[in-house]
Amino acid sequence: MEETKVRHTTAARAIDIASLPRGKKLDMANESTCIEVNDFNLFYGNKQALFDINMKVAKNRVTAFIGPSGCGKSTLLRSFNRMNDLIDSVKINGEMLLDGEDINKPSVNVADLRRQVGMVFQKPNPFPKSIYENVAYGLRLQGVNDRSTLDKVVEKSLKGAALWDEVKDRLQESAMGMSGGQQQRLVIARAIAIEPEVLLLDEPASALDPLSTLKIEELIFELKDKYTIVIVTHNMQQAARVSDYTAFMYMGKVIEFGATDELFTNPTKKQTEDYITGRYG
Amino acid sequence: MTNQPLSSWVKSGSPWVWLNAGAVSISLVMVIGLLGLIAVRGLSHFWPADIVAVGYVEPGKDSVTLLGEVVDKETVSALRLRNAGVVLPEGQSSGERFLLKIGNRDYFGLDYRWVNGPWMAEEIRPVNVVAIERREWGHFYGYLSAVKEAGELVAKGDPAWNELQQRLERSNSLVAQIKKIEKHAIGDINHALESLRLDERQLDIDGIAEGSLQHQEIAESRQAWNEQYKVLQERLEGLYRALNRDQITMMMSDGREVEIPLAKVVDAYRPNAMSRLDKLGFYFNEVWKFVSGDPREANTEGGIFPAIFGTVMMVMIMAVLVTPFGVVAAVYLKEYATQGPTIRLIRIAVNNLAGVPSIVYGVFGLGFFVYFLGGNIDELFFEASLPSPTFGTPGLLWASLTLAILTVPVVIVATEEGLSRIPRNIREGSLALGATKAETLWRTVLPMAAPAMMTGLILAVARAAGEVAPLMMVGVVKLAPALAVDTVAPYLHLDRQFMHLGFHIYDVGFQSPNVEAAEPLVYATALLLVLIIVVLNITAISIRNRLRENSKASEN
Repeated sequence: MEETKVRHTTAARAIDIASLPRGKKLDMANESTCIEVNDFNLFYGNKQALFDINMKVAKNRVTAFIGPSGCGKSTLLRSFNRMNDLIDSVKINGEMLLDGEDINKPSVNVADLRRQVGMVFQKPNPFPKSIYENVAYGLRLQGVNDRSTLDKVVEKSLKGAALWDEVKDRLQESAMGMSGGQQQRLVIARAIAIEPEVLLLDEPASALDPLSTLKIEELIFELKDKYTIVIVTHNMQQAARVSDYTAFMYMGKVIEFGATDELFTNPTKKQTEDYITGRYG
Repeated sequence: MTNQPLSSWVKSGSPWVWLNAGAVSISLVMVIGLLGLIAVRGLSHFWPADIVAVGYVEPGKDSVTLLGEVVDKETVSALRLRNAGVVLPEGQSSGERFLLKIGNRDYFGLDYRWVNGPWMAEEIRPVNVVAIERREWGHFYGYLSAVKEAGELVAKGDPAWNELQQRLERSNSLVAQIKKIEKHAIGDINHALESLRLDERQLDIDGIAEGSLQHQEIAESRQAWNEQYKVLQERLEGLYRALNRDQITMMMSDGREVEIPLAKVVDAYRPNAMSRLDKLGFYFNEVWKFVSGDPREANTEGGIFPAIFGTVMMVMIMAVLVTPFGVVAAVYLKEYATQGPTIRLIRIAVNNLAGVPSIVYGVFGLGFFVYFLGGNIDELFFEASLPSPTFGTPGLLWASLTLAILTVPVVIVATEEGLSRIPRNIREGSLALGATKAETLWRTVLPMAAPAMMTGLILAVARAAGEVAPLMMVGVVKLAPALAVDTVAPYLHLDRQFMHLGFHIYDVGFQSPNVEAAEPLVYATALLLVLIIVVLNITAISIRNRLRENSKASEN
């Protein structure tokens, strides 16, 4: 707890990346690829929202997308689990490979894809059911109704989301009675209950108070051992604190992509530097 | 007062608050007034009022004694009274007249009589006046003079009253036994004989020759049933003989003595001898009899249970039909159909359906459901009983279906509203967990929209329970011979005609030969109809509130 507090206050004061405790220097060349995006374009009707995206998401790392509002970071994130399919006017071209398989192939079952690529949204969206049923939802969808299996998974997922101790005595109570931060961790527990490969976090802490934000960030740290995490955030300190790789996006393009330390301390593009030093955005 | 305070008063918004509060109070007063009027007029009917004996002298006629309840009092202008021949003191501008319920319709010709106040002598309330509720001809008022058994005198004078009450208990239990046999045992036999007849017809239709094995079987079981019928018939005759044993002799207000068979008496009581508490007990008993009994005498006496039952039954079947249909239609319109001009047009059409006059639905129900659907069902499945129709005639099912069509727009609109209020991120949350659209709908969206569906159902029930006009064409009757639910398979008889409170009000109020007797019943029935709608609504609302408890998310 002591350590995290220090880290938190340091980061909140200013971007002081150099002082952050980091392991060995990260390099994309040493990573195994989880998602690979090649010449990806996306259109809302006639309006192009993403331009020639090329990037790789490394396995078991946290990748952050930063950039000003409307730059397309959420759109890109939602392309990873084809959430954009819900919008009729969306058209795409280019490749998006998950473990080497194109997820936009007609033969791909969207429901299966979304089981592999879980997602947590900006606003906590628990279902109006009990805490237990929220976590068990994904399993029940897969036809798992065995009580003891469900019990085990619910406990494991809630522990994984650092929520178990707070809710273990009220699993059957409605999830709507929890605080916002707890709800967001419940949603994460719900997502990891079906053991996805990738976890997409769309500004997961933007609707939360600082303490809840801190808890979510700690959770991300713990989760990256098991999952590949992609996070969209408005908060550059947050990106700096939690991510291993960062992509800076602007006007639908990836301007710069690289190891977080590198990008924040030594940006190669002028736009990136302007943005992270707060000159615009 | 200067202009300044006034304009600032207007600016403060107070006038609007007053205006709004005024409108609310007026509405409240109207609702309370309406319910109060119905309640007072309807509920006072059951109170056993004192019976007064009063001398009455019409000019040029002999003095008579009138015996009855004072039902109403009216102040009329002196001019009218003078025109009627009443001598009033100079300067008096008005006088009173009274409505007396004198009963004894079979002897006096009418059982209500207006009497002019000035012609009435002092009224007295004799303790031993007996009011008799009869199975025919309404109430009887008079003095009990003797109780007889098979023409022989049993008791006279004061002991006669106790004797009467004992014998009345016996005769009422005999009547109950007779009714049980006639309605159930004989009803079952008739039902069995009728189905045998239909089996025989079916054999004819199938071309099986007379004298075949099947024909013999039918003849045998018919024989068995007929024998059972004979046994019952003999028992009934015995019961009737026992029932007709006793008579009472009553003296009417004009001194005539008449004999009344005890079999014709439902209840006898002496209101003038009753204490307040007795009367209260009697009152609640009467109310219960009204709610739970069968109607008698062209619906002007007795209870209205079949009408209550018919109303509730019809509304429940309607609810069962309309909810799935409306919800499925709304889900398609909102979730699956491509939103565009066509859907907009359909939505407008659905909304406008709610505005079609209900009698038009009645015509549609008669033409489509009864004649077309019912007629075809009869031809396909009930050929043997033709030409008498089974489903090709107005009945409970068709009435419920007609009302379901009438109310389906309300359910569709409410459900669509509910579906559009489910936040998008809840749907996305479910989809992101690998649910298909249908799974998301079933597991999350529809449960969350359930309160809205219930709202639609509440509105539909409120509308359907009060609807009368279309029902007159598709199934409601003045007097249904049997309830739609009984002990004979298939237990729920959707083809039967039924009684309905709304139609009952119309029938009693406007089709009855006895206006004065009918009036309080109209109010009492109206009160009951309102109560039933309230109860149905409260049930639905409490279900909805429970559903809401479970899903507070949509408000979050």
